[in-house]
Amino acid sequence: MSVPQKINGVLRKIPSWPIYILGPIPGIWVFWLALQDRLGADPLQALEHSLGERGLQLLVLTLLVTPVRRLTGVSFLKFRRAIGLVAFFYVVAHLLTWIVLDRQLDLADIWREIVKRPYITIGMAGFLAMVPLAVTSNNLSVRKMGAAAWTRLHRLAYVAAVAGAAHYLLLVKSWPTEPIVYALVVVALLMIRAWWAAQRRIARRARRAA
Amino acid sequence: MKSRFENDMGYSEVTPKSVWLNRRDLLKSAGGATIAASIAGLANGATFEASKSIYSTDEELNDFEDITSYNNFYEFGTGKGDPARYAGELTTEPWSVVIDGMVENPGTYSYEDILSGAALEERIYRLRCVEAWSMVIPWIGFELGHLLKRAVPEPSAKFVAFETLVRPEEMRGQRSRFLLEWPYREGLRLDEAMNPLTILAVGLYGEELPNQNGAPIRLVVPWKYGFKSIKSIVRITLTDFQPPTTWNMQAPGEYGFYSNVNPLVDHPRWSQATERRVGSGLFARRMETQMFNGYEEYVAGLYEGMDLSTNY
Repeated sequence: MSVPQKINGVLRKIPSWPIYILGPIPGIWVFWLALQDRLGADPLQALEHSLGERGLQLLVLTLLVTPVRRLTGVSFLKFRRAIGLVAFFYVVAHLLTWIVLDRQLDLADIWREIVKRPYITIGMAGFLAMVPLAVTSNNLSVRKMGAAAWTRLHRLAYVAAVAGAAHYLLLVKSWPTEPIVYALVVVALLMIRAWWAAQRRIARRARRAA
Repeated sequence: MKSRFENDMGYSEVTPKSVWLNRRDLLKSAGGATIAASIAGLANGATFEASKSIYSTDEELNDFEDITSYNNFYEFGTGKGDPARYAGELTTEPWSVVIDGMVENPGTYSYEDILSGAALEERIYRLRCVEAWSMVIPWIGFELGHLLKRAVPEPSAKFVAFETLVRPEEMRGQRSRFLLEWPYREGLRLDEAMNPLTILAVGLYGEELPNQNGAPIRLVVPWKYGFKSIKSIVRITLTDFQPPTTWNMQAPGEYGFYSNVNPLVDHPRWSQATERRVGSGLFARRMETQMFNGYEEYVAGLYEGMDLSTNY
């Protein structure tokens, strides 16, 4: 048995449900710290950024599953749904922090900001792209939609990741390292897929020609 | 030169350092607005009763910890905590400032020389960051005009240019040229520089400036966005042309030469209409940003007839 197969054997024995319990803990912890005023001078911003960044990290993690499997043979596929749903939890928490604590439920102001500020428009688009993904992240949906349609729908994850990275890049001054790194990682993960898709097309055409 | 105000009593003689070091915690444990008011009264009233500047605000101060742990000083990194973490690596003694360009007394002025004869005042100013947060800070400083008068600007001088120290060995953020072009540069029109609100600060809460706040000497221009208030100054140059300024060079469409606080002129990517007062906690309401950061009566005249939306 090869090493990847051995690893997969171990991974198969690990359940994915603890991710749903452990995943949100850092977010709940940071919220607790904010309530205790232990997040420095600007706890609101620290909370907002921490939740948003965690959401983006987890989203990137879900996009890593396929390339890792194709390049190494190690499959984390059984954990992807849980990671994606926890990512959604963080994005929702980030959005709620902005709506409730930052903008204090001033709905007119919130709408103005969404329409007027590209970084918020893009962030909202990313959130909206994740909603159908979260709703259909269950076995029943896969069965009802059929695997092909479900897979197509879940390409919205690419939209969400690009939006998340752009949202971050658009709210900073100058070019600090972190948002650039996220953007590059997201671009790399999409490019590798585009490359594979192109390969598949070429192979299909060759088969048809033969 | 006669000082307008001489105060040899330090804050530490009046308010125990532990009290002002982290007033927020103290208030939390005391848990009441009345107590908050009385402590604020102690901190400002008792110590600086005689020295209060007419330009000081009586708003509640940010505590020392907030002011010294939440900083934008890209020379030490882009994180708000980076300056507090790394600015200790900077040597600020000895320190001198070169004053050159269109002045009659150019030269290298030592820190001690600059301070001798300077009328130190406490100026409690609002600081409004271009990122839409604000603080209230008790600076110790003197009017920039005082130093400029010593150097004697030539009649044709129109602008004042400032530069921050470049010392990548001690300022780790400067090891990257990708972020901003060093040295950090700022500038004012000469009449803005001579405005009595414009100070060179050397202290904070009665003590020497901590490095992360721009030690040993920095500019404070309270009606402009914080980035105009250049830190750790080593050069002041009088010119007859508008000098290049760092953030304006980095993104001219986003940061103008003037950069006056103006709730009606948004940053291209975010609103400047409101701000969050740092230190007011998780549930505090956003505040309306004031024209010229609330210093309109003192500075509006400087911009009479100017279109502030094009001269942002």
